[in-house]
Amino acid sequence: MAVSVAPGRAVEAAPPRRVRWSGETAWGVAFVTPYVVLFAALVVWPVAYGLWLGASPGAFAILFADPIYLESAWNTVVFLAFAVNLKLFLALLLSGYLAQARPWIRWLSVLFLLPWAVPSIPTIFSFRWMLNSEWGMLNGLLWELFGIEGPWWLVDPQLAFGSVIFVHVWKYLPFWTLILLAGRMAIPTDLYEAATIDGASPLQKFLFVTWPQLKNLYVTSTLLSTIWSLGDFNSVYLLTGGGPAEKTHVLATLGIRYAFNLHQIDVGVACVMTALPFLVPLVVILIRRLGGRVQ
Amino acid sequence: MAVSSLPRAPVIKSATTYAVRRGLFEAGQILLGLVILVWVLLPIYHMVMLSLTPINEAFGGRFWPDNPTLDNFRTVFTQNHFFLERFWLQLANSVVVALATMALVLVVATLASFAIGRLKMPGGHVISNLALLTYLIPMAFLAIPFYRIMAQYGILNTRSALVLAMSTFAIPYAIWVLRQYSENVPFELDEAAKVDGASPWQILWLVYVPLLRPALIAIGTYALLLAWNEYLYAFLLLSTDTQHTIPLTMGYFLVTDDSPWPLLMATAIVYALPPAALYYAVRKYMVTGLTAGATKS
Repeated sequence: MAVSVAPGRAVEAAPPRRVRWSGETAWGVAFVTPYVVLFAALVVWPVAYGLWLGASPGAFAILFADPIYLESAWNTVVFLAFAVNLKLFLALLLSGYLAQARPWIRWLSVLFLLPWAVPSIPTIFSFRWMLNSEWGMLNGLLWELFGIEGPWWLVDPQLAFGSVIFVHVWKYLPFWTLILLAGRMAIPTDLYEAATIDGASPLQKFLFVTWPQLKNLYVTSTLLSTIWSLGDFNSVYLLTGGGPAEKTHVLATLGIRYAFNLHQIDVGVACVMTALPFLVPLVVILIRRLGGRVQ
Repeated sequence: MAVSSLPRAPVIKSATTYAVRRGLFEAGQILLGLVILVWVLLPIYHMVMLSLTPINEAFGGRFWPDNPTLDNFRTVFTQNHFFLERFWLQLANSVVVALATMALVLVVATLASFAIGRLKMPGGHVISNLALLTYLIPMAFLAIPFYRIMAQYGILNTRSALVLAMSTFAIPYAIWVLRQYSENVPFELDEAAKVDGASPWQILWLVYVPLLRPALIAIGTYALLLAWNEYLYAFLLLSTDTQHTIPLTMGYFLVTDDSPWPLLMATAIVYALPPAALYYAVRKYMVTGLTAGATKS
């Protein structure tokens, strides 16, 4: 885990000697013990147990022979590719819009946080009924305003999965906009002043001032969001339940389905474990990016 | 952006050209603002609208009910429906789980981050990185083994199991934020206190905790909301309805196809208001806490 220490650090001059208490280490051990105990009991043991459960070759055989698994794995890839990038790209644009110091935009950005501040279950259920093709408000409006027969939002597998992506973006866009907004606020204003004097257009200011300063944060955010979106159970399960005909599952919901609906715990664990070859490199990169800042 | 898409004025940019550009730019800004407003408010409006709809009118697909009523809220508060028989008990469960999670996370994370960051524990760096590693495990991926482990510990179907599950995922984040935030607290304060003969315990209480108040508020709220909002772990760990939290109350509405959606939405509003209000009350701290690390790179 020492990866986050830059190699140069170790050979730096020893820090000036600090005043030490007698038994300072004893205090430290005492303070850190509750966390270590919880960590061992609630992280190390479940992870080890999970790896042991998922180590049965039979489980993987069942998994790879199941067409629902293959479809869900593909769904997961599509979900990550679209939901994460759409969300962050919109967040990048919106953070520029909301960064303007006008009173009404301030108010708008306060309201804009609502999807993030409101718990996800009520809003996902609200979407679920709104998208109901026979009785929902959306198709009702389409009919009354334009005379259009609305599509079968949650009945057609493709539209249902599109709706899942939409709901996910709706829910998490404010959070990432906030992060990127904070990133924009940290850019020194004199860079923009200098660009204005040089006659830079708004687009040039974005390309040559904002983006180089924000790039690092944007990449870190994308990686973090990828990991979290991989574990997004609610957006899928509460909106479509994996249906229609188990066609909108992702790995997170399919694992739960195997383990608790079909009572095949080992297949459930194997199902989420197939994401590890993708997840582990991401985690390693992120630990380097994030962990390097604290020493 | 509307500016750059306009054709360039040929030679002299007259005052009217500027006025037109300015006007178009303003119009674009306001239009975008309206789009954002609709995008954000539509599902929330729908939730409120449906909660005011009489149960037998829910199948209308209307934009506003013909006979708006508060009856659904009365039904929720009087537990006068099969799905809501234990509403108050389950609401109390949600409160207990959220508060217990907050308390556990604050105590454990404060002590650990103090030991790692200020006492410079040997091996503290490793613990710090392990915490970060936990923060990066998707919660849903650990659910299955976690369920089995809770059964082994004999606390399946107790609220403590849910508290422990939520704390497992909130503590690493809390440690990480506290470590980031405490870097800005000068070590000289500790040193001065030490010279004056303060014990680590006194420094923790008199220097560390007061100075980290904004970060503590942020992570306390984070833990509280994480536990309040959790569905999956509650669903797996709590099986009898006396232990259920409100997300499960709502989830069980969906076991039948002809659920009373207006009642579900009324329950949802009662459940969503406290965390949303809390979030807005401490919004300033949340932004600081959440971005403490993210914007530093």
